[in-house]
Amino acid sequence: MATSGSILGNPVRRVEDPRILAGEAKYFDDLEPTGCAHVVFVRSTMAHAKITGVDIGEAASMPGVLAVHTKDTLALEPVAGMMAPPAFSRPPLADGVVRFVGDIIAVVVAETRAQAVDAAEMVVVDYDPLPVVVDAEAALKDGAPLLFPDHGSNVAVDFVTMGATADPTILDGAEVVVSGRFVNQRLAPVPMEPNGILVEPGDTVTITVPTQGPHGVRDPLAPVLGLEPDKVRVIAPAVGGGFGAKTGAYVEHIVAAVLAQQLGRPVKWTETRSENMVSMVHGRGQIQDVDLALTKDGMFQAVRCKVTQDAGAYSQIGAFLPFLTRTMAHGVYEFPKVELTAISAVTNTTPTGAYRGAGRPEAAAFLERIIDMAADEIGMDPIEIRKKNFIPPDKFPYSTTTFANYDVGEYAKSLDEAVRVAGYDQLRADQKARRESGDVKQLGIGVAAYVEITSGGMFQEFGSVEVKPDGSAVATVGTSAHGQGHETTFTMIVSDLLGIPMDKITLVQSDTAVVPRGSGTMGSRSLQIGGSAIYRASEGVLEKAKVLAAHLLEANVDDIVLHDGGKVGVAGVPASALTWGELAEAAEDASRRPDDWEGKLAAELDFNQGEATFPFGAHIAVVEVDMETGRVELIRHVAVDDCGKVLNPLIVQGQQHGGIAQGVAQAMYEGVVYDEDGNPLTANLMDYAMPSAAEFPSFEASNTETPTPLNPLGAKGIGESGTIGSTPAVQNAVVDALSHLGVRHLDMPFTSERVWRAIRDATPA
Amino acid sequence: MAELPVTMSVNGERHRHIVEPRKTLADYLREDCALTGTHLGCEHGVCGACTVMLDGVAVRSCLMFAVQAEGAEVTTVEGLAKNGELTPVQEAFREEHGLQCGFCTPGFVVSVHAFLEDNPRPSRDEIVEALSGNLCRCTGYQGIIRAVERAATTMGGAT
Repeated sequence: MATSGSILGNPVRRVEDPRILAGEAKYFDDLEPTGCAHVVFVRSTMAHAKITGVDIGEAASMPGVLAVHTKDTLALEPVAGMMAPPAFSRPPLADGVVRFVGDIIAVVVAETRAQAVDAAEMVVVDYDPLPVVVDAEAALKDGAPLLFPDHGSNVAVDFVTMGATADPTILDGAEVVVSGRFVNQRLAPVPMEPNGILVEPGDTVTITVPTQGPHGVRDPLAPVLGLEPDKVRVIAPAVGGGFGAKTGAYVEHIVAAVLAQQLGRPVKWTETRSENMVSMVHGRGQIQDVDLALTKDGMFQAVRCKVTQDAGAYSQIGAFLPFLTRTMAHGVYEFPKVELTAISAVTNTTPTGAYRGAGRPEAAAFLERIIDMAADEIGMDPIEIRKKNFIPPDKFPYSTTTFANYDVGEYAKSLDEAVRVAGYDQLRADQKARRESGDVKQLGIGVAAYVEITSGGMFQEFGSVEVKPDGSAVATVGTSAHGQGHETTFTMIVSDLLGIPMDKITLVQSDTAVVPRGSGTMGSRSLQIGGSAIYRASEGVLEKAKVLAAHLLEANVDDIVLHDGGKVGVAGVPASALTWGELAEAAEDASRRPDDWEGKLAAELDFNQGEATFPFGAHIAVVEVDMETGRVELIRHVAVDDCGKVLNPLIVQGQQHGGIAQGVAQAMYEGVVYDEDGNPLTANLMDYAMPSAAEFPSFEASNTETPTPLNPLGAKGIGESGTIGSTPAVQNAVVDALSHLGVRHLDMPFTSERVWRAIRDATPA
Repeated sequence: MAELPVTMSVNGERHRHIVEPRKTLADYLREDCALTGTHLGCEHGVCGACTVMLDGVAVRSCLMFAVQAEGAEVTTVEGLAKNGELTPVQEAFREEHGLQCGFCTPGFVVSVHAFLEDNPRPSRDEIVEALSGNLCRCTGYQGIIRAVERAATTMGGAT
């Protein structure tokens, strides 16, 4: 592949765009089948309380209301969390106790959404408040309020007893030890399209849902409905972003599906934004106690991190994510010893889950922060201390002590490039000059080098390619795009291998009725796994085409080649070569194909990469801090991300840009906040500071290309890299701007008030 | 609830419906006119996904009632392209990869149409300012800003 004349590597415009730009793309809420009823949930307004009474009488008598249910009339099995104690399972409708603001108490179904909203407001709930715990560390203290008293503690997952042994001697023999306590704050994913579901009952139940993987919604829903999976068809239509939060079946999906089945008519739930901010999983939420041991000349000896993870009220994927933080706790460095222990605790807050990066940004954040503190401590430049400790290129594949097997890495290559693009030495000179002149706007330069894991744990994906007698091709893939442009990238792959024009290739995805198996788009896996499945299936089709052409042309199969212009025939004899349409037609004609021919001109398989890939990169952020007001402005952001071979630079750059924006947003603006009673203070887009175009500079994003040997495309994931590299770069830049005052650490986000206080506290009175 | 008649022109077509006075223009367009290109991302006027043009001015259709648009000329994202031809603004969004999931895109595209009509030769700062009323979670806004620059150039070149 990628020979001269290859389409791969070119910035091909997306084939998805015209229908989106014209407003014709259909998202789930754009569908309104005849007779569709609407679901609205009655959610808890208290963070922790006994429910002493629910009066649904008036609501049930409201116009258009079809049903009002609490757990007394709609019995649903509690949903178990990932690796969590069974006691932490979540009843879809609260069973006597609510554990976070947003927990579901009752559900209303009505003819119209407005009627359902009206009725939901008439449901009267009596609460008996219970003590509230919103902080994961507080939740682990003796005497803390227990969310599940039967269990006896708030511990969801204890990674100490799961093989992550704590070594009390790990810092022994250190020349220098630096220690820090970092808060990696809770974030809201905020896909622009909130959650929801449309369920149409019938012999086969059809479910249209904004999800990153339709099979992952079908499999938990089918048993709840008492149906075999093949009687539940799940479709992901146009999906308005997910960022990790639109995976699996939400309890709301379960309730809506059961109601549709009971009522025998279509039922739709459309989440509002204020509902989304409390009911969709949140991300991050770690407190990290970190120690780094090093020699006086900057060689790392050991790193230790104790993570306290906030699982939220019902333990889900979030409780498990410190596992990925541990996997990546080695970073890009040759640590003789690495130790990450973690405890996940339930709190009276929204459950946490996967959000762009999911456990890996937290690893890069604590490593890059503590390394900067160490550099400050021993008086070494942050670039130098990093390069001194990088795993050298000749040591790959490299197995870490935290059970990661890095495929390829040239960490100095991306950092050197970032230094060059940023003009690092000049920036340092500018910083020095501003410090000396006492400029009101001080310059901060932040560096971060990272490695991350993509397609971790999910190595396999389905792919098929079929050529039709009209010369067109259909590719089917198990992943499911929700904005990533798979129709473009995957048809590029088929076109490149078969010479069929892109506009004659259709990608089929996101529908369990036509895609037999699939895991979906998460963990930056789709191109490397799904794309490779399409690549291998295309190869399979080409092999079959050669056999068929050899038979038809009475030639030796070894002499058959794919000619320019997409015809298959004898090498050097393009005139007799056959078109794809001719071949597909012959394949369906028993009189023209070989006797041992099987099936159509098609191939299908499951590509299994066997292990994960480890993209890497380096980011340099430049900030100006106003020393009088504490206002921080990000003035430059340089990113050099290495995702291996780049197939479509337009799409790769788009992933970089979006990732950087979300990572910068964590450093600068965003954070989910609860008061001590567990009331969410950031439950709409006025209060939650999701940035607009005005909050970012132009990003200077580029790539180095170190192909992975693990798949035929040489591709590693790019979906989350930007988020992982940018946050610590910006955080380091802000601390760097104040380091001459003696500031060694500041937690995110960098509100003017927080920075102003740090300046005030550091400045001698 | 008492209902009221409302008549308006949407994308050049006359629409007349009987609606509840509390129905937002956004819900009216989506439910009564079956024009689902206008999206709702926050329902409280922050994200701008529901932006439409009302008598040529960009407005958030989630923040006004359908009955307030009585007699108005409304243009939604569906009304921009003529005869299947994307507008220079839409083309520029595609050219510069100014969209990913596309949910916010109709709001951006409509806002940019209104903006470039008022300010055909904007500076980069003016573009950023104009875009700051719309939220996008996918693109980091980079491609969107470039798309507005490109559209301004294309459209300026044509006049």
